Amino acid sequence: MMMTGAQAMVKCLEAERVSLLFGYPGAAICPFYDSLAESSIRHILPRNEQNAGHAASGYARMTGKPAVCVATSGPGATNLFTAIATAYMDSIPLVVITGQVSSELLGRDVFQEVDTTGAAEPFTKYSYLVKDAAEIPRVFKEAFYIASTGRKGPVLIDMPVDIQRQLLEFRYPEKVDIRGYKPCSKGHPMQIRRVAEAIKTAKRPLLCVGGGVFAAGAQDAVRTLCEQCSLPVVATMMGLGVLPTGHPLYIGMLGQSGSEAANRAVEQSDLLILIGARAGDRAVASPQTLEAMTTVVHIDIDAAEIGKNLGTTIPLVGDAARVAEQLVEQHPVGEWRKWLEWLEARRAEARRPDAPVKDGYIDPNAFIRLLSERMEDDAIYVSDVGENQIWSARNVRIRSGRFLTTGGMGTMGYALPASIGAKLAAPEKQVVTVCGDGAFQMAMMELATANQHHVPVKLVVMQNGCLGLVREIQQNQYRGREVAVCLDGSPDISGIAAAYGIPSARIRSMDEAEQAIDTLLDGERSFVLVCMVDPREGTGQEAAV
Amino acid sequence: MRRIMSVLVENKAGVLARTSGLFARRGFNIESLAVGETEDPTVSRMTIVVNGDERMIEQVEKQLNKQIDVIKVKTLEIDTSTRRELVLIKINAAQQNRGEIIDICQIMKAKIVDMSHTTLTVELCDRPERCNLLLEMLTSYGVAELARTGMVALQKGSEAIALKK
Repeated sequence: MMMTGAQAMVKCLEAERVSLLFGYPGAAICPFYDSLAESSIRHILPRNEQNAGHAASGYARMTGKPAVCVATSGPGATNLFTAIATAYMDSIPLVVITGQVSSELLGRDVFQEVDTTGAAEPFTKYSYLVKDAAEIPRVFKEAFYIASTGRKGPVLIDMPVDIQRQLLEFRYPEKVDIRGYKPCSKGHPMQIRRVAEAIKTAKRPLLCVGGGVFAAGAQDAVRTLCEQCSLPVVATMMGLGVLPTGHPLYIGMLGQSGSEAANRAVEQSDLLILIGARAGDRAVASPQTLEAMTTVVHIDIDAAEIGKNLGTTIPLVGDAARVAEQLVEQHPVGEWRKWLEWLEARRAEARRPDAPVKDGYIDPNAFIRLLSERMEDDAIYVSDVGENQIWSARNVRIRSGRFLTTGGMGTMGYALPASIGAKLAAPEKQVVTVCGDGAFQMAMMELATANQHHVPVKLVVMQNGCLGLVREIQQNQYRGREVAVCLDGSPDISGIAAAYGIPSARIRSMDEAEQAIDTLLDGERSFVLVCMVDPREGTGQEAAV
Repeated sequence: MRRIMSVLVENKAGVLARTSGLFARRGFNIESLAVGETEDPTVSRMTIVVNGDERMIEQVEKQLNKQIDVIKVKTLEIDTSTRRELVLIKINAAQQNRGEIIDICQIMKAKIVDMSHTTLTVELCDRPERCNLLLEMLTSYGVAELARTGMVALQKGSEAIALKK
């Protein structure tokens, strides 16, 4: 069937069962938008391309499949870059489509031209610059395949506007064959046996779960592994929620922002099994010390992660779910009751009361515990970046729900657009967003997107009038000289919410918290809850930069 | 530690930029990089000489393998591979030095491929260390210009790198 490149792009998306995409139109992508009018694919219009990318990220994290975002050439594409890089660091599958200037004008610096594929190269899993419309079906098929297999990530397709108008004979390929890309999913049987043997002989084994467990949809398999073998578990920030917070085998989050119990567990372990965790610097601050002290098993779908940050005794390449199942088959059980008792004691010690907060302010730690306890069991908690992220990661109670945040890039302004994406992917679930007043002002335009597309947003803004985490760094490492961290001049957040027609409340004490949370969570409607937080309230961590 | 990596890649636009960009981004040092088509016109071979410790070399290999356009990566050992580099050296050759330069070239089996009243252009295709030696011998006469291709290499014997990953 003959059609234009633009029609073919839409047909490809339909063939990949895309029912919704996030985008922002512009001249160089207009043929595609024109063809989209003939399709039932729903288009969501975030108010900035960056937020289209973050929304797609939230959507992809809930569906487990590549989400699509679209922008025009030049500034449209460059605005998307922050979101692409964020997705790349967190291994989120995206198919990113950008318009491009006419192919015969490439390289002439014409209006809204930028070398999109060249500039995005360091933070895309792969990219295409399509120069012949006949390639569109193959390129799209490959893009979805590459984004969603192996270590997931964003794939970019740059589409010159003339190629979108070119005619082609459309046939969507059934199979993909890329000779340089054959991701394996099953763990090597010999390595599986080595790992099983290491577990059996360990005295103080510890499993460390990361975001890769979610990327592989391996939560159940990993939970079965740790329950059947009584393996205690710590999580990276991206791995929060693999086990429910209250699970008897769950010790806590490790790393710089993590719990003392979890970090002591890591120090004392004689066998550390990382699964879908890349031992990033925020999780493992001194890998050299750790690799010298303990036997490290590293399970990852990406062979390049193994040994990159942390020296590994037993490498095991494979899909987290498959490998966990293979390990369960080996039934690697040993004797470490004393170790579990010791861990339980450390966990009990860690339950210390919060330091009192000043009158007129909310205690962010207590508030987050209360909020997450009152949320539905399978609710999605989306946290932004900054102090709110650390308070959230430490205090959130996760049962069967999810905790979404950007662990790798730490991109401010992520939470609101990502939660809109997550809610669109899982409309039956409760989605709650937490951000600070800094990030709120980076993303508040998305309240319009929520309104336009009838996506209820339940937004908590922790307002302390400053860029709190940077302020902490300046306090701790720059002799307390505070520079450019004060957010004076900020608008009244309730007033902003009102301007978008969204009801809101502001609370200043924990006495008001319970009722305010119930109002926030009530029903399928948007609500903004502003929590006044003491600007001096910190996270108490030694911020390392 | 110096290693030779023989990398088979898709022969298409952008692959060289992607691969060399990877080295820059990850902080790997390349000593030389030579690229050209193979017996299969859809495949190019990059011969990359890298310098680094064992952990870095392992990372280079893994990061290369991770690239979608990379079909096969093989690390070649120096004593089990045939290695060659081509150098062209334009030497300032005054009348009184010509005889000496020609002698050196004969000993090194280098060819004189061009000459002018003031210069000689010498060609040598040999192992990189032999190319270095020739260069060292000629430096004192004054090198006006130098061009090197970077090393290419194939493993010795009948074994070949299969086009499968």
